[in-house]
Amino acid sequence: MIVLILYVAIFVVAFFVVRFGLRKYRQVRDFTSLKTVTFGDESAVRPDRWASVLSVLTIFLLWGAFTGSKWVPVHAPGPFVGDTSFTYTLEAPDGRRDDATVFARVFRLGEEVSAPEVAPGDGFAKDDALIVGAWRSQLLRMDQNDEITREDGARVVAIDGRAIAPGEMVRVADGTVTLTPRGSLNFAPAKGMQMEPIWLPPPEAVVKRVGELAQTGYQNFTLWEHLYWSLYRVIMGFALGALVGIPLGYAMGLSDWFRGWFDPIVEFMRPVPPLALIPLVIIWAGIGESGKIILLFLAALWIMAISARAGVSGVAISKVHAAYSLGASKWQILRHVIVPNSLPEIFTGARVAMGVCWGTVVAAELVAAEKGAGMMIMVASRFQLTDIVLMGIILIGVIGYGIDILMRKAEKWLVPWKGRV
Amino acid sequence: MSTLTIENISMRFDLPNGDHVQALQDVSLELQSGELLSVLGPSGCGKTTLLNIIAGFLAPTEGQITLNGHRVTGPDAERGMVFQQGALFEWMSVRDNVSFGPRMAGKRESDWRETVDHLLDVVGLRDFKDKSVYELSGGMQQRVALARCLANDPDVILMDEPLGALDALTREKMQGLVLKLWKETGKTIILITHSVEEALLLGERLLVMAPRPGRIHREYRLPFADDGVGQDLRAVKKNPEFGEKREEILSMIWDMEEEIMGRAEEVEA
Repeated sequence: MIVLILYVAIFVVAFFVVRFGLRKYRQVRDFTSLKTVTFGDESAVRPDRWASVLSVLTIFLLWGAFTGSKWVPVHAPGPFVGDTSFTYTLEAPDGRRDDATVFARVFRLGEEVSAPEVAPGDGFAKDDALIVGAWRSQLLRMDQNDEITREDGARVVAIDGRAIAPGEMVRVADGTVTLTPRGSLNFAPAKGMQMEPIWLPPPEAVVKRVGELAQTGYQNFTLWEHLYWSLYRVIMGFALGALVGIPLGYAMGLSDWFRGWFDPIVEFMRPVPPLALIPLVIIWAGIGESGKIILLFLAALWIMAISARAGVSGVAISKVHAAYSLGASKWQILRHVIVPNSLPEIFTGARVAMGVCWGTVVAAELVAAEKGAGMMIMVASRFQLTDIVLMGIILIGVIGYGIDILMRKAEKWLVPWKGRV
Repeated sequence: MSTLTIENISMRFDLPNGDHVQALQDVSLELQSGELLSVLGPSGCGKTTLLNIIAGFLAPTEGQITLNGHRVTGPDAERGMVFQQGALFEWMSVRDNVSFGPRMAGKRESDWRETVDHLLDVVGLRDFKDKSVYELSGGMQQRVALARCLANDPDVILMDEPLGALDALTREKMQGLVLKLWKETGKTIILITHSVEEALLLGERLLVMAPRPGRIHREYRLPFADDGVGQDLRAVKKNPEFGEKREEILSMIWDMEEEIMGRAEEVEA
């Protein structure tokens, strides 16, 4: 909640600062900047690069601030670490009361720690020592050194002078103390607002993991091998799918018989999500490479077939007529008119298919695989290695984005007339 | 000598609800080599259907068409077509578009280079030959379409409102170009148009068609196309005879349109 409010606040503040504070440094004098109507004119809405940079920075800032990252100058309040104390009041069955102090030492998990030395003090309730990990809590058997114990009928009635009943909680200096129903004390040091590394590790831990996994590997394969295998499967599956799907789509667009024969199959298979095929593919082909590639082949096949078919139907009939009138044969029309004309549609389909394949391969690896990006994060999550999981997700995202950018570049290069006719 | 003979062409489309539309009824026509025929008529009179039948894209339900003594059964390089929207191939340069016909016929570049370069000169696109067609304006694209058609050296050129989508100024320039090309190449041309002025200016013969069923209403022989060659087209338009003819044909077409409207109202009532 606080994170959301902070995020919105940064968004708004950054907007005003960049818009009004930096106005004179950002004067652009091009045609679009002279348009007075921008609200509703989609072409006049261009992404503000400042906003993009700030957006990414904000995410890292918040991530770092709420995980205590060393890379970020400001932090949300962290968990309490250090020595603290609170007192409890023990009441003997005869009504006598005595106070005792608990000295607690809160330490960062993974660090060496020794219990604080405590003199027992006077009275029938003796002082105690306690060690607690940050973000954890610790049950205190306070009466194990007391002269009158719970077995004798003694019970805790107050913490730091405030009355408490079993099941209740009292705030103390650096945390909270709960009296359990059975009468013992549970001390939980203040957690602060930062996330515990096992839930969300700081950015540097994730980056460190990249280096570590690239060198030593995880689950028998290095990071690059995991990613390579995922990519390899996508490219093989997509290539096979395109190799079969595009000619199939052309045939469906050009022949009654093919259209009639394959329409029911394609129309049936199209809405079946490839993920639903995973169990069947595992039964048929196992969890090895061939299973993955068959799955991705199926994921790409229908998309490519449909886009190729749409590409053929998208050919303006006047172009085909013109080509016939110029003496072209059927084969020449396919080669010189229909194929080039369908390229924009095919590229759109290929981009969609690559996206679907990349998503499907990760999902398939999550289910069962010996290697691959999805398998890596799945296994890591079982051991609560959140940094590997995060790193995997980020790399999967980066690669998916990279694939899309490459496809767009290829499209621009191969189909320069797209959208300009 | 190439002669285009159209004999008793009828075209009937059966509709799924059992009705039918008589797009053309008993159309006959003979065209000598080198004639320029413009076809005019209200919408729905079957002009485009007639052109598609001549081009070989549609088979008539009755009648036949012969060119140079053989029957037309499908599209062929002997009948070139220029479409309203160019129908150019965007993935090819201007030059590749113009040389499409010869290249498809398997001719070597040395055989067609001269013709193609000459045609690009004639239509004024020499400096644009390596551009992509989508970089050209509408008028330039239509000139590419003309050159592409001519490069294939067809016997008959069919034009389906080739200048319909152009602005008035470009259109006038293009009309001059069409006349010039017609005289220079001596091709037989059938030109379909919506514009009475264009039909009068360019047509050596003018066919006015009537709708429902599509048929030939009247035929004219006109002197203006010959006058127009080498002369300012605006001067031709100032000719009082031109004005008279234009009024005559306009009112004829208006009457037809009103009749259609009247009939439509009757049906509704």
